[in-house]
Amino acid sequence: MADATLVRDFDPLATGSAARRVRSKALVYALLTLFAAFYLLPIGIVLLNSFRELPDIARTGFFAVPETLTLQPWREALTSFCLAGACEGIRPFYLNSILMAVPATIISTAFGLLNGYILSMWRFRGSEWVFGFVTLGVFLPAQMTLLPWAYVLGNAGLTNTIWGLILIHTVQGLAFTTLFCRNYFVNIPDDLIKAARIDGAGFWRIFRKIVLPLSPPIVIVTVIWQFTGIWNDFLYGVVFSSGDRQPITSALIALTAGATSVRHHNVEAAATILAAIPPLLIYLFGGKYFVRGLTQGAVK
Amino acid sequence: MTLAFDDRSERRLLWRNRLATWTPRLVLLPTLIASVVYVLVFTLWTFWISLSNSTLLPDLSYGGIKHYVALWNHARWHVAYTNLFLFGALYVTGSLVLGTVLAILIDQRIRAEALWRTIYLYPLAISFVVTGTAWRWILEPTTGIQQMLRNLGWESATFDWIIDRDMAIYCVVLAGMWQASGFAMALILAGLRSVDQDLVKAAQIDGASMARIYRKVLLPAIRPIFLAVLVILLQFAIKTFDLVAALTGGGPGLATNVPAIYVYDLMFQRGQIGQGAAAAIMILLALAVVLVPYALYTIWRQRREAAHG
Repeated sequence: MADATLVRDFDPLATGSAARRVRSKALVYALLTLFAAFYLLPIGIVLLNSFRELPDIARTGFFAVPETLTLQPWREALTSFCLAGACEGIRPFYLNSILMAVPATIISTAFGLLNGYILSMWRFRGSEWVFGFVTLGVFLPAQMTLLPWAYVLGNAGLTNTIWGLILIHTVQGLAFTTLFCRNYFVNIPDDLIKAARIDGAGFWRIFRKIVLPLSPPIVIVTVIWQFTGIWNDFLYGVVFSSGDRQPITSALIALTAGATSVRHHNVEAAATILAAIPPLLIYLFGGKYFVRGLTQGAVK
Repeated sequence: MTLAFDDRSERRLLWRNRLATWTPRLVLLPTLIASVVYVLVFTLWTFWISLSNSTLLPDLSYGGIKHYVALWNHARWHVAYTNLFLFGALYVTGSLVLGTVLAILIDQRIRAEALWRTIYLYPLAISFVVTGTAWRWILEPTTGIQQMLRNLGWESATFDWIIDRDMAIYCVVLAGMWQASGFAMALILAGLRSVDQDLVKAAQIDGASMARIYRKVLLPAIRPIFLAVLVILLQFAIKTFDLVAALTGGGPGLATNVPAIYVYDLMFQRGQIGQGAAAAIMILLALAVVLVPYALYTIWRQRREAAHG
């Protein structure tokens, strides 16, 4: 599939009279702006309210010009707000998400690289079947795995631990990482590998000297895909963790939708923005690779 | 002496060769085992539980199809799958239409294209939990749009879809479209740009207007992309859980229940794991109904392309 950065070599609107051309350009930009407002509004509103005083929000709702701006909600969200029995803000849950997402991303990506390498360059009888089978994991709905995971985690003593969530996300991620890497390596010319083999290079040597140096693009795609997916996951977090072991997503639901008599909308807004920041940063800085992961994960 | 040495090195070479053929398979083994367990064992396991006598605790004795019967007799399940049809249809069509409009707008040789694309696509990077929470505040009467209208002086303004049983599901559609339409845009835009430019130029020379060129040439040319996006979005719709959990929690009442929410409720809130497993099997079947024909169609198309060069 062509990259979306390609530019048309003709101008679709460059037909008709000059006046008409100006009019249609203006219409295009007006519509683009309107849609941009629609997409920016929700996060913009939450961001704005994370700097407002609580009584101010309670009086006028989320859509209002703030009377004063304050950093207090952010301070509370980061350090002192009480949630799930701890009064350290969302920090513990944030840490849980990092401790869960980073190892699971690294392990599943490492295996994905090796699997992709084998399934494209060391094919054996039945390896296509293995690939097809591993790929099925992409489609399996999480609901099908909840009861078995509960049993496995229970028997392994991993219920309500970060390790349990790491295990789940690693196994679930293998299907994606293997799919990505195999489809990438399959395009490396066979001759390169054949020549290396004739020179006497073995499995690991070819991997280190030829395949790894060619891998950065697919590693970035895979890491971005895995990290954002794991960071954003809610289902496994809410099912297999509780209290101070929860990742940020399920803690956020407990914070913003939990049964309390008094809502702290500004602190909740700050926590919501904080939960969105890591994947957003990745998206902003690795946008090209993010889109590539989407199109690959999606269409193939 | 030399002979013995040769023999030894030959044997070593043999071992090296044997190791070389087996290393790839050994390295692949953990993934293969994990996949067999994850895909096959877990699926059969859940299937068996759906046929067992399990209620609060697993009871692996065979119980027949009673959990399926109970599920289909439950009013809540009817609400859940009716919602799935309604939500799925509107969310998929809406995202496709919005995505197509955005892709065509961006395709007009606009300035700062990357910036516009970034703005439309960013919702996909953030979690459904964040999306659901933000939209909940916007749609809730006391905090959101209704309050804003009243602040502006329209004292009797009402906009309370999110707490209205008949309208709440449309709130889920709206938030879902907000998240997914950028994705549709990205794929459709990539498709539009991959169409042979000569086709467009030929149509232009024939004097076709731009609107006509999109309708008659460009959009029909990327039909396979629309189909792919459709299938992916349907998959998202069937698996929808987080968005509903964060936006409405399935409420008000049962109004926005969807199958994935119901599975979670049965398994972990009501202690009905047998019936929960039956509902999970239904989700799997729904996915199969979408994915199997698409996979067959893709294989058929590839074969045809291969046959015709």
